Amino acid sequence: MINPLPPFLIYFIGALLIPVLINKRLKQFVALLIPIVAFVNLLHMQTGRYWAVDFLQYQLVLGHVDRLSFVFAVIFVIASFISILFAIHIDETGQHTAAYLYVGSTLGVVFAGDLFSLFVFWELMAASSVFLIWYSGTEESLRAGLRYILVHMTGGCILLAGIVLHVGATGSIEFTVFDFAPLSSKLILIGFIINAAVPPLHAWLADAYPEGTITGAVFMTAFTTKSAVYVLARSFPGVEILVWLGAIMALYGVVYAVLENDIRRLLAYHIISQVGYMVCGVGLGSQMAINGASAHAFCHILYKAVLFMGMGAVIHVTGRRKMTDLQGRALYKKMPITLALYMVGAFSISAVPLFNGFVSKTMVVAAAGGLHRPSIELMLHLASVGTFLHTGLKLPWGTWFGKHDGPEKEIAGAKEPPLNMLLAMGLGALLCIITGVYPRVLYNLLPYPVNFQPYTAYHVVAMIQLLLLTLAAFWIYIDKLGGEPYISVDTDWFYRIPGRKLLSFCEGPLFQIRSGAQSILDSIVRKLGSFGSNPVGSVENLWPTHKVDTMEDSKGPTGSSTHRFPNGLGVLLSLLILCLFIVSAFI
Amino acid sequence: MKKMLRYILIGSIVLSCILGFVFPNHHPHFWWQKIPVFDVFFGFIGCIVIIIISKWLGHQWLMKKEDYYD
Repeated sequence: MINPLPPFLIYFIGALLIPVLINKRLKQFVALLIPIVAFVNLLHMQTGRYWAVDFLQYQLVLGHVDRLSFVFAVIFVIASFISILFAIHIDETGQHTAAYLYVGSTLGVVFAGDLFSLFVFWELMAASSVFLIWYSGTEESLRAGLRYILVHMTGGCILLAGIVLHVGATGSIEFTVFDFAPLSSKLILIGFIINAAVPPLHAWLADAYPEGTITGAVFMTAFTTKSAVYVLARSFPGVEILVWLGAIMALYGVVYAVLENDIRRLLAYHIISQVGYMVCGVGLGSQMAINGASAHAFCHILYKAVLFMGMGAVIHVTGRRKMTDLQGRALYKKMPITLALYMVGAFSISAVPLFNGFVSKTMVVAAAGGLHRPSIELMLHLASVGTFLHTGLKLPWGTWFGKHDGPEKEIAGAKEPPLNMLLAMGLGALLCIITGVYPRVLYNLLPYPVNFQPYTAYHVVAMIQLLLLTLAAFWIYIDKLGGEPYISVDTDWFYRIPGRKLLSFCEGPLFQIRSGAQSILDSIVRKLGSFGSNPVGSVENLWPTHKVDTMEDSKGPTGSSTHRFPNGLGVLLSLLILCLFIVSAFI
Repeated sequence: MKKMLRYILIGSIVLSCILGFVFPNHHPHFWWQKIPVFDVFFGFIGCIVIIIISKWLGHQWLMKKEDYYD
């Protein structure tokens, strides 16, 4: 019997080990070995609470293992293997280190049994993942990373405020289901939903992920939002506001995806949309809904990795990231394997039968039906239409096919990406199909027993009808759905434009007010100083009653030393006050 | 080729409608789940509504020049 280690520790050891290895092959081997070790370690973990550490008068629990934490940990470890395989060709060791610190801290969050360790891992996630953006090395990535870390640190502060209030009120640091009524719970919820990218607190995601490195963005799609779904499922199941936020979120991402020209930003908006299903499922709170949210997180991590890898591969080989620069250049001829693997991810996210989105998304929608929530069911149903429209049709059309009026008919030098990238996409696509064709593999991992059968004739036919007619509508509007050379403003506008104006106000008018006030106060202090050092002389200088030559003889009747209070008085007063304090201390 | 694809699409839609009648929902939660071709209309109209509303919102307010934030 192997004694398991805390999973975060395995990744942290990997993060420290990778930079010190000199041999490139050995470095790659170790990087790939870490998730395998973590997976084997995970298989040896039993339900329970482990690795308790005494801290002040509290007990930190680093290993709270139950079915909910286990299913999320399994998919996080699988995603880390796929993502590192996709990234294994790059030489920048720092990226691997940042990625493994990120994965490790996410697993720390998943197994945290107390609020203190949860908070520490939560902040570590943000602090490590920002390097996956900054490693892009562009001006845009630097700025987007800065905005990303500021938003997450703000979220972290709100979370900490909630935790402090909660611990102050209850005395407990256990990370468990919270009563939603007190202010502390609301603050904790806000901290969590910032990471889940719930509108209007979502803009960091669409802002930062497309600026990440090609390989780093694949890591990012898996961990931050899904760990937020996990903490919501653990602490706020059945909170009504999450139902509506999730349903709105599912549609919000769809609307923005119509407008988007940047290929990875379009996918980022679909993360928001898909996480909407999970947040909604958590809010619905029934066993089926929590199962659905967990299953959808599992499937989403797989297909979104495939989609981001596909688009990352396009950017890797072409250096282009906008549909307007890609469409009509017959890229499908140069990258057929990437296209085919991308389409597996696209069919999965669109919930095409036999692909994994079908077995998880339908569970959340059916849960809404089971709880008699007609408007929620219809909103989620409509978001499915938008998902297929963009990720399954518009994006591959605009990237690999499409129309283009300019002289460039092909992109010179475009080809399939390196083998490791194709293998990673292939592995992700294979898992999408396996879990889609044989959902029991996934259902057996879910927190509660599953009594849901996705493959009924009605479900399959209804979904096929929905998708076919989405395709028909796309065909009609195909000329309107190509990329347009614009960006879309989102709620980040509120801290980007007014924020910049605030900054220029601070640097300009506010600075002048400050320096003006300082010079006035300076002159007042100077005058008071000279008055204090020679009160009689100052008064006589202001209102000269009789002429006294103070300048020639400082020891004269109004010289500066003559009318100054003796120092001894000040010392005497200080001693008296000190004595008073001493006496009061003894009384 | 394009014509053939169009016929395949139309044929598939017709077939899916027929199958919708053959396999009704035996446990409907809502009235619309009793309609065998509900998703045909919902998919088509929903898709058009998404495109039109999103494009309208985009062109009215949301879409800006690429150097908007520079």
